[in-house]
Amino acid sequence: MVTAVLIRGTSVLAAAGEEAAHSDGGVLASGAWLIVLVPFLATLAITLFGKRLPRHGAELAVGAVAFVGLYGTVLLLATWFGDGIVYEGGVTIGEFGGFEIEWAWVVDGLSIMMFFVVGVVSTACFVYAVGYMEGDVRPTAFFASFTLFAGAMLMLVSAANLIQLLIGWELVGVSSYLLIGHYWEQKENSSAGMKAFIVNKIADVGLVIGIIIAGITVGTFTISTIMEKVVASDAALDDVAVVIAVLLFIGAMGKSAQFPFHVWLPDAMAGPTPVSALMHAATMVTAGVYLTARMFPLFEEMAHEVLTLVLIIGTITLVIAGLLAIVQDDIKRVLAYSTLSQLGYMVAALGAGAYTAGLFHLFTHAFFKSLLFLGAGSVIHAVHSNNMSDMGGLKDDMKWTYRTFLIGSLALAGIPLFAGFFSKDEILAAFNEGGYPVVFLLGVATAFITALYMTRAVALTFFGKYKGDGHPHESPAVMVYPMLGLAGGAVLAGFLNVPGITEAFYKLVSTRVVSSELLGEHATSFDFLALGLGLTAGVLGIVVGYRLYMEDAATQRERDRLRIPVLWPVLENKYYIDDLYMNGIVNPIKGPIARFVNWTNSYIIDFIVNVVGAFTRGLGRFVYSGLDQRGIDLAINEAGAGTGFLGSRLRYIQTGKVQQYAAALFGGAIVLVIGFWISIT
Amino acid sequence: MDLGVAQNWFFLVIGLVMVAASLVVVTSRNVMHAALMLVATLGGSAALFVLLGAEFVAGVVVLVYIGAVIVLFLFGVMITRVEIGRGSSLDHANPWPAAAIAIATFAVLAGSAVAFFGDAEVDGVAAVRTSDIGTSIFDRFVVPFEVVSFVLLAALIGSIVLARKDPES
Amino acid sequence: MTLAQFLVLSAALFSIGIYGVLIRRNAVLVLLSVELMLAAVNINFVAFGRYFADSTAGGQVFALFVVTVAAAEVGIGLAIVLLIFRNRASANIDELDVLKW
Repeated sequence: MVTAVLIRGTSVLAAAGEEAAHSDGGVLASGAWLIVLVPFLATLAITLFGKRLPRHGAELAVGAVAFVGLYGTVLLLATWFGDGIVYEGGVTIGEFGGFEIEWAWVVDGLSIMMFFVVGVVSTACFVYAVGYMEGDVRPTAFFASFTLFAGAMLMLVSAANLIQLLIGWELVGVSSYLLIGHYWEQKENSSAGMKAFIVNKIADVGLVIGIIIAGITVGTFTISTIMEKVVASDAALDDVAVVIAVLLFIGAMGKSAQFPFHVWLPDAMAGPTPVSALMHAATMVTAGVYLTARMFPLFEEMAHEVLTLVLIIGTITLVIAGLLAIVQDDIKRVLAYSTLSQLGYMVAALGAGAYTAGLFHLFTHAFFKSLLFLGAGSVIHAVHSNNMSDMGGLKDDMKWTYRTFLIGSLALAGIPLFAGFFSKDEILAAFNEGGYPVVFLLGVATAFITALYMTRAVALTFFGKYKGDGHPHESPAVMVYPMLGLAGGAVLAGFLNVPGITEAFYKLVSTRVVSSELLGEHATSFDFLALGLGLTAGVLGIVVGYRLYMEDAATQRERDRLRIPVLWPVLENKYYIDDLYMNGIVNPIKGPIARFVNWTNSYIIDFIVNVVGAFTRGLGRFVYSGLDQRGIDLAINEAGAGTGFLGSRLRYIQTGKVQQYAAALFGGAIVLVIGFWISIT
Repeated sequence: MDLGVAQNWFFLVIGLVMVAASLVVVTSRNVMHAALMLVATLGGSAALFVLLGAEFVAGVVVLVYIGAVIVLFLFGVMITRVEIGRGSSLDHANPWPAAAIAIATFAVLAGSAVAFFGDAEVDGVAAVRTSDIGTSIFDRFVVPFEVVSFVLLAALIGSIVLARKDPES
Repeated sequence: MTLAQFLVLSAALFSIGIYGVLIRRNAVLVLLSVELMLAAVNINFVAFGRYFADSTAGGQVFALFVVTVAAAEVGIGLAIVLLIFRNRASANIDELDVLKW
């Protein structure tokens, strides 16, 4: 099977203007295939033996991702404290004609960053899932799919060729389908899984065609070879580069839930919360951003006009998703729309040419968004409801969840010194310096919205009076510790790339098997206009949110005193808060916008889908009643009836008398012999 | 067929005996006669084998067929109480379809034999010795030989299982 | 001696065997007729073996195999006849028509 080991560590092109200090990473990089293999083996083992293990396979799952997290961390540290690792290795699995099937993995700064993020965030989510899925109906199936999910993402990011990337890409889709529909007994859950799968599949068509065109044009699917051709300005590739770039980006839009493919992500909340956390932070939705980043030289050197499309799509997504996040009651939906919005930032940053900034936001976002989801899961676990109208006042009952959730919210809102501040500021600076004033302003406005909806979420969940049933308790330690770990990441991750001070992250992601000049650009000093506006927007968002959802208690109490004579809650009843927010303050300002966006979502986009659906149904009905029933079925029925009639007559020759059969046998043989005889003479 | 050769006279006599005996086998109303006439036919075939220089096969046919198989048949006849003696229920009423097929088969087989091997001589070829057959069986044909031995074993076990009285009944 | 004379004799025996197989009602007699056919086949094997002067004596070896298989067939066949006779008190195979429609 394994016929050859290919080492392509030498085909390195350094980032322009940088003295290229690269190592091949030694055994650390050549053994990186373990990162992919271990989760897959764990999936297999859990499927086979999981039911017999005391924790239903969770121990194998956690072990596998912990190994990946550790390996990723070691690789990351080796890159920071040593030379940048650039390595490409592979084994040829088989050969069909001239087409080699190989399993090849790339270890460079970009993939190391993804190994680290996927590994660490997965470890946190998996450990958390051990507590969260306690007493679940199908823990073994869950952990098998969950491990497959992580493994598929690692396969995707480690892929050195596009075919392998596609395999990982599709495996991510399949396992996400399994996980979203984990509680398939409820129709809406399995429908949500189906929706995610189908929407992704539609976008994947673009990816597949793009990959095929790229592979045929260049003659190989190996990404580094394609990138070398890009750097060398290969004429044949240049002709189709725009087409390839658009098609690949369509695929990326699907996985990264960019407008108009964003519809699947909010519904994907139907899965268990650890899945949402992992899906929104490290795996799945980051795949599209990763793909765009991996193919970035193609975009910027040969298909620069496509970057404009990327920028526009990202900007639309970041604005509309941010607005939708304000009107949600389901806490996971708030976070889901928030993820969409942040993905919009990343994609728009890549579209603006800010490669490092986009990836940096992916990196920091992974920590605080997974933290927020785990916190939301912890709350849901305690309250047994997804709705914030059933929550409130949990900050005393769930101290650690509250504190970590607050850290995540501050990071997301872009408050200085938390991770999101640095990455979002860098993106805004890139918009400003790249000469995109409209995008810049929209980005700043969304920063305000982000801070607003996070303040609202925190206020409705943790402040005010508890509105649910029972008495909520803090989650067990196995769920709290992962949140604490991620909270550490949400605080510290930003310091890796402070403009002008640290550039560890920049060094990391610009170390690539094949680099190009523009990757060398990154912010070396603060852009004080972006910094000031971004910070103001964030703080303003918090202040407005605070005034709306906490300070407003006075009017609230005026109206509520008659019916609920409870003294003090800031947000005693979320219903009136929403009422107030919809009718009193937000409607004149944002209501129409949000409603318009919602309307667009449900009428224009759904209309298209419905028309297509109605047409398909009509076609189906015609095919069924017209062609199928009257045409094909008639023929089949008549053929069947004819055969039946013939059989009813012919069965009389089946006498059951062996000797008659023997006579027929010999008679037939004679006829055959005579036939042959005649034919040869 | 050159009747100037003594072997051909032998062949003619043996052949006529075999055909006559075999006709009795398929037409006799007496089962015992049919079985005994089969002995005569097989004995004739053994004699033909000797004529063809295949003494070992001739011996085996005499020992296995005439010695064992026919005895088995006689047991079968007796156990199943086939009407011994004249009776009309041994045959089907209308023999002509069967006869037609048999005659047609003969015509086809004999016709093709004459057409394709009409003037082929079997004389002048060195006879195969028994030791050569032994070498051949345990050298070139050892695998079919082993397979046949398994067939025999399976037949042995199978007939015991089939013929054994069911303990329940 | 010509090859054809053996083949014609063999064809005669074979055809007579077929006639017996088709005409006989009693299962034991059908088996007797099958033996006739097998004997005819043996004659063919040995005659062709002589004609082709096969150095491995394949014709004779296969005649031996046929004898062996015939012995096995008779054993199994008579056991089945016995079983049928026990169940139906008759060895007439035209009464065994459960295969019919």
